Amino acid sequence: MEADLTWRVDGVEHTLAVDTRTTVLDALRDRLGNTSPKKGCDHGQCGACTVLVDGRRQLSCLGLAVAHDGSEITTAAGLVDGDELHPVQQAFVDHDGLQCGYCTPGQVCSAVGMLDEVKAGHPSAVSDDLEADVELDEDEIRERMSGNLCRCGAYSNIVAAIEEAARA
Amino acid sequence: MTQQLDTTEIGAARGRVDARAKVTGTAPYAYEHHVDQATYGHLVLSSIARGRVTAIDATEAFAQGGVHAVVTHENAHRLADVSDGELAVLQSDRVGFRGQIVAIVVAEDPETAREAARLVQVTYDEEPHESVLDADSPDLYAPDQVNPAFETDTDEGDVEAALAEAAFTVDAVYETPVQHNSPMEPHQTVATWDHHDGRDRLVLLDSTQGVHPVRQTLAPLFALDPQQVTVEAPFVGGGFGSKGMPHANVVAAAIAAKHSGGRPVKLPLTRQQTFTLGGHRTPTVQRVRLGADADGRLDATWHEVVEHTSRVKEFAEQTAVATRLMYDSPNRRTSHRLHALDVPVASWMRAPGEAPGSFALEVAMDELAVATGVDPVELRVRNDPASDPESGHPWSQRHLVECLREGAERFGWQTGVPPRSRREGRWLVGQGVASATYPLNVMPGNEAEVEALDGGRYAVRIGAVDIGTGARTILGQIAADALGCPVGAVELSIGDTSLPFATVAGGSAGTTSWGSAIVAAARALRDEHGASPAVGAVARGVQPENPDTEQYSIHSFGAHFVEAHVDAHTGEVRVPRMVSVFSAGRIINPTTARSQLLGGMVMGLSAALHEETVIDPSGRMPNHDLAQYHVASHADIGHLEAHWLDEVDEHANPMGSKGIGEIGIVGAAAAVANATFDATGVRVRSLPLTADKLGG
Ligand code: FES
Ligand code: FES
Repeated sequence: MEADLTWRVDGVEHTLAVDTRTTVLDALRDRLGNTSPKKGCDHGQCGACTVLVDGRRQLSCLGLAVAHDGSEITTAAGLVDGDELHPVQQAFVDHDGLQCGYCTPGQVCSAVGMLDEVKAGHPSAVSDDLEADVELDEDEIRERMSGNLCRCGAYSNIVAAIEEAARA
Repeated sequence: MTQQLDTTEIGAARGRVDARAKVTGTAPYAYEHHVDQATYGHLVLSSIARGRVTAIDATEAFAQGGVHAVVTHENAHRLADVSDGELAVLQSDRVGFRGQIVAIVVAEDPETAREAARLVQVTYDEEPHESVLDADSPDLYAPDQVNPAFETDTDEGDVEAALAEAAFTVDAVYETPVQHNSPMEPHQTVATWDHHDGRDRLVLLDSTQGVHPVRQTLAPLFALDPQQVTVEAPFVGGGFGSKGMPHANVVAAAIAAKHSGGRPVKLPLTRQQTFTLGGHRTPTVQRVRLGADADGRLDATWHEVVEHTSRVKEFAEQTAVATRLMYDSPNRRTSHRLHALDVPVASWMRAPGEAPGSFALEVAMDELAVATGVDPVELRVRNDPASDPESGHPWSQRHLVECLREGAERFGWQTGVPPRSRREGRWLVGQGVASATYPLNVMPGNEAEVEALDGGRYAVRIGAVDIGTGARTILGQIAADALGCPVGAVELSIGDTSLPFATVAGGSAGTTSWGSAIVAAARALRDEHGASPAVGAVARGVQPENPDTEQYSIHSFGAHFVEAHVDAHTGEVRVPRMVSVFSAGRIINPTTARSQLLGGMVMGLSAALHEETVIDPSGRMPNHDLAQYHVASHADIGHLEAHWLDEVDEHANPMGSKGIGEIGIVGAAAAVANATFDATGVRVRSLPLTADKLGG
């Protein structure tokens, strides 16, 4: 069964008919040819498919495309501003926060979404005071980024990159 | 001594040249290439561990609409060579393990393929099977050799007599579980058959560690000349050995594309399917016996290993091989025995042999330190051999002692503190050390091509693959120094069989093997065309043989220092700090090297804390996904430091470098285990170090 869907992806509006079984991730990758979000598990277990949906980080393999009519989706490819990388992306480059690069677009989108959550005052499981402003130390970053696996083990550099981006 | 390059670019910390493409997600991995008229494949896997397929009913699958083919053993394209039991996909009705390919659905879109695969009805004639490793099985056998070509058993001196006379002995059994490489990009292939120069041609976009090895393996299966198979792998989302040789999924993709009406087939494995089809690390049961004098000097080392292997295809991991040369011990015995089971095919996983073997030996050394009262760092220093005990050759360099000393200093190693004597709140605190070694592997036969371009630029071509190691970055640096030009003047092409032959990105051998070929090509260009070659001048170079590898024992070394915290109530283990020091020859690029060493350490920590694939008596791998097969996440990794000695190994290659891809994982899990013993006084001899083993 197919259904019509209109959404904006990386600033461009697309209208398409999708199989109702199609996930956001597969619609992006197989239908729109936007392979910036990666498929690592297809089950919400790795974070490689993380995109921003209406500004919030989300696992695109866990959402059905038809449920996102009208959504604004941003992938790591859409975070750039012209030739300029997003500050989080630039920090990943500067700190070598990547190796094979397969988890990287998901890590980047997750970090961008996470920094906004911190600004909005969301506590995490390691926040001592649930009411106070979050002090984004290494433990907070590690906790908040733990949905994004990196089998290459670039974690130390990713944390350093996010710390720098958070300071900027 | 190999003629060393003058280094300008080599040794410089350079950013990864493909970082921009990777942080934006625009670097294309295998499945992501656009191909016209793509069809989509999905595999049907066996639900029994041993027996025969008696019937396959695809009626319901076809009723979906949009299904182009259901390929089974009854209709599959016949392979010309079925001698490799893993790769003989759909060539008979036999089932050799649970999770083996029994059908391939080819459909118009991925959703249809997947649903149709679910609807394919397979009937079996099930036979009794065995899937659980039993170290006491009467069926254990000795393989002819262990990976890749080491002696199965060795026996030096009289180990039994030496043990009988030793002042102190250790005799313990250590176990490591099945582990899965689990690269973040699951194995995936895009296969197309077309015609080229009047002949059939198989075109593959593959997630592989070696494009030429895939060509060499697949060509004979399809009765093709190697030139009739082209393979491209521009970007690969990790491999860690599991993409080092083509597995059944690559053959399946090529077979599927024989049944797709001439259209390309995109065949991705699901994460779950990678567990039975992408290879795994064999489980091990290792008995280690050490005998030492009153000062802790080893007189006897006896390391016996039992592993499983698949009845479909033998893989014998070289678990005890590093023990043959790690410490000075006049009497030594090592052995490997296999238990053949109806299980998926084991294969390479980062540091096959050294990684599980070092867990046993290095924990045993810690036990010897406790028994003799000699500090664990000092015990290793005391047993450092002056030459390779196994071959008798001199070491090219053996700087393990320097690694241990520098690591102890940087870590703040404390001597004379008894186990279970430090506590921070609910956390018991301990320190642990372990040594690491990894051989210089050289894969022969690499070729490279250099062409002079205008403006003083050079094209450098070799079919190497960058699986995340940084090869694309550092081969440019090597080429720049070999040509005497700035790195920006090098245009490097890799990852394609249209380029000169290259061996696998594995065995920590890539830089040595490919780099030597690039240096040879650059030297050939200078010899044949002088310092200012005309535009279009081309030279080829073949990696020369290095006679030093026959005369010297060339190894990397390392020492890991770990601080472990163990929850006094629950037994939960945390590793807030790890400091490692490596001796690996010249470091070509400190930025990418550090990442790779850290990556190995993280994988070692992950093995220590989490990793364990269960194979149950039914032959299932019940925890076959990333929610249940745990790998280290951000929150598991504390403060890590990777350091290296500033050195050059002139016996290794023209760059003076040794491998760094695997040394980081070797010994890492043992260091954590030793630290948890120091924290708790509880000796855990099996991985992973889960709370149930340390609690209470
Ligand atoms: S692909 Fe979505 S979480 Fe893994
Ligand atoms: S960079 Fe390879 S998985 Fe993260």
